[in-house]
Amino acid sequence: MLDRIVFDFFAGIAIVSAILVVTRRNAVHSAIFLITALLATAGIFLQLHAEFLFIVQIILYVGGIMVLFIFVIMLVNLDVALHQLQFRRQWWLGLLLALALGAEATAAISIGRSGLPDSSTAPPASVLDPNTELVGRVLFTGYLLPLEIASVLLLVAMVGAVVMAKRRT
Amino acid sequence: MIGTGHYLFLSLALFLIGVIGVVTRRNVIIILMSIELILNAVNINLVAFARLAGSVEGQVFAIFIITDAAAEAAVGLGIIIAFFRNRETVLADEMDLLKW
Amino acid sequence: MTQMLQTSLADLKPFLLPLIFAVAIVAVLPLIAGYMTLLERKVMAHMQVRLGPMRVGPHGLLQPIADAVKLLLKEDIVPENADRLVFWLAPVLSMTAAMLAMAALAFGPGFQIADLNIGLLFVVGIGSMGIFGIVLGGWASNSHYSLLGALRSAAQLVSYETAAGMAIVGALLLAGTLSTQGIVKIQDAYGVWLIIAAPVGFFIYLIASIAETNRAPFDLPEAESELVAGYMTEYSGFRWALYFLAEYTNMVVVASIATTLFLGGWLRPFAETHAFDFLDWLPPVLMLSLAGYSLYRAPKQPVLIQKLVMVAVAGMFVALAVVLAGPLVATHFLGIGAAGSLIASWKGALHGGFWFLLKVFLYIYLFLWLRFTFPRYRFDQLMRLGWQFLIPISIVNVMAIGLGLALHRQWGWPRGLSLILMNLITVAIAAALARTGESKEKGEAIVGEFWGSGRDA
Repeated sequence: MLDRIVFDFFAGIAIVSAILVVTRRNAVHSAIFLITALLATAGIFLQLHAEFLFIVQIILYVGGIMVLFIFVIMLVNLDVALHQLQFRRQWWLGLLLALALGAEATAAISIGRSGLPDSSTAPPASVLDPNTELVGRVLFTGYLLPLEIASVLLLVAMVGAVVMAKRRT
Repeated sequence: MIGTGHYLFLSLALFLIGVIGVVTRRNVIIILMSIELILNAVNINLVAFARLAGSVEGQVFAIFIITDAAAEAAVGLGIIIAFFRNRETVLADEMDLLKW
Repeated sequence: MTQMLQTSLADLKPFLLPLIFAVAIVAVLPLIAGYMTLLERKVMAHMQVRLGPMRVGPHGLLQPIADAVKLLLKEDIVPENADRLVFWLAPVLSMTAAMLAMAALAFGPGFQIADLNIGLLFVVGIGSMGIFGIVLGGWASNSHYSLLGALRSAAQLVSYETAAGMAIVGALLLAGTLSTQGIVKIQDAYGVWLIIAAPVGFFIYLIASIAETNRAPFDLPEAESELVAGYMTEYSGFRWALYFLAEYTNMVVVASIATTLFLGGWLRPFAETHAFDFLDWLPPVLMLSLAGYSLYRAPKQPVLIQKLVMVAVAGMFVALAVVLAGPLVATHFLGIGAAGSLIASWKGALHGGFWFLLKVFLYIYLFLWLRFTFPRYRFDQLMRLGWQFLIPISIVNVMAIGLGLALHRQWGWPRGLSLILMNLITVAIAAALARTGESKEKGEAIVGEFWGSGRDA
């Protein structure tokens, strides 16, 4: 019962915020609604017993990536862009294709849903506790190579971003 | 109560809204934000299945996706700033010349 | 129907106690932040050989309440082309982030809102959401000063957040857990506070936390002589009060993190040594001495109502002393209350809360002291300190502590020796880094960048 209320709350906020992200005229408003969508997603993670991912989402996505977005929006904020057409001329085609994709995926999920084990045969939530220690253990033993590659990727991204945004003096 | 199916439908809804944003909007920054929505939808999917299977590996993969999203957002926004300095526009339709 | 009501009530029961704590914190924190402003003005005054607010209430004790009433009654000005939604949202966001971060902090054994698995990371992460309040406030004000101040402030916060996080990681290697209760229990088990095992981490965190809360000497974004008031320029009345309260609440949060991680949380100094048990009597003695001082100053107040308020303040301190001394008297003199009983847990919670608040207060006093002692950093000096000194040192600190732990756990060195050695190495690298930074600045300052730093002065 409480589960249901919490899920409906976070899912509702996520979907409404997402719709507002793609429909706002002002880019800063879009960014604010994306922040609420990301916070709602973090709430969903918390409900799925993924505590470390919840806080990583808030620190990295909301506190890092969205701050970067807002900085860039403020740097390139054009009043001219506010008064122009916001959607492409073939927006109806995009909508149609997305709805077709949605119908297909809904059919796939509905058919496959009965094959998923339900909550009585699935492992209990306590398997995922203590979450941080488990994630750390798996990350540094089984997934060590992807971890190192991810750090090299971040280094490359840092260097690339600095080079791209530097003024050619 | 809340089965994995609910999370899959939520993930699908966010994914579709993100796709509509990428395909429909002209402002390139909002396109990037819609891409972040798509990545989040995928994350919800992964974590729901991780919960179902009782294993942490789905969450670890989601962490890598978040890391990737950060790197991609940084480089993408750097490119937008560099382009904006030259052409003074953030609309995708007007970014249509390779060299001028 | 009653079945559904019963099950939902049973569902809600584990939320009752945390809800009471949460309401208590939300109600009390603005009052604490307000009295912190009074403390700051008094400390500033005494350091500048004057008296500070003395008129409102005895010794100026009711000044924060007068300020709050004034701010509530002020006219609410919104700039003309400002974005109304974001203008409203920004201070709310700052305050919400600061208050929400208090949720995972432990004030005593079992005395917190939520004992999360990710406790300390939650506090740091939610605290980092305050950046949005600043950036959005600066942008929504539709003014040059505000935007510049906001961008500078956000850049400063983001830079020092990295250093603070790395300093915390260094100490977390020793603590082994992110849960705030667990960290204090580990310090209890070790017998020493983590500041002794990781002092470099503590100093990095101290400097980074001063920069994180926009306090002097890192307060360029909100200094009056620089950018009017930075991102707060266009805010007036209650909105400004919210920003201000958010800043002081952030100070409390940052001090609480440092206390939990480095200063032993709710532990009495020398918690495990029974020779120092007389320190248990320090809380009631301190309260009684404060009550005595209030009674001493009472006859010297100019007006009768102020004398009465002073006597009431003395009475409040006496009541606190009695409450703090109660469990001690019961355990030592009356013989009731063995370990594990209700009185022992009562003593643990009360005295734990007292020691925690005392340490937080001392950390914040250090902030106030530094504000009125040092001149302000210029913005480029600030960024250089953050990126070219603090972040490399904090990374070296993490590696050194990791190496120290590996020496102890895998090669069997004694733990104290390996940690002291690693800390000395970190301090040596820090000194070398500081010297190169200083010579680079000297080279630039004397000849200027136009001529290059190779020329002699």
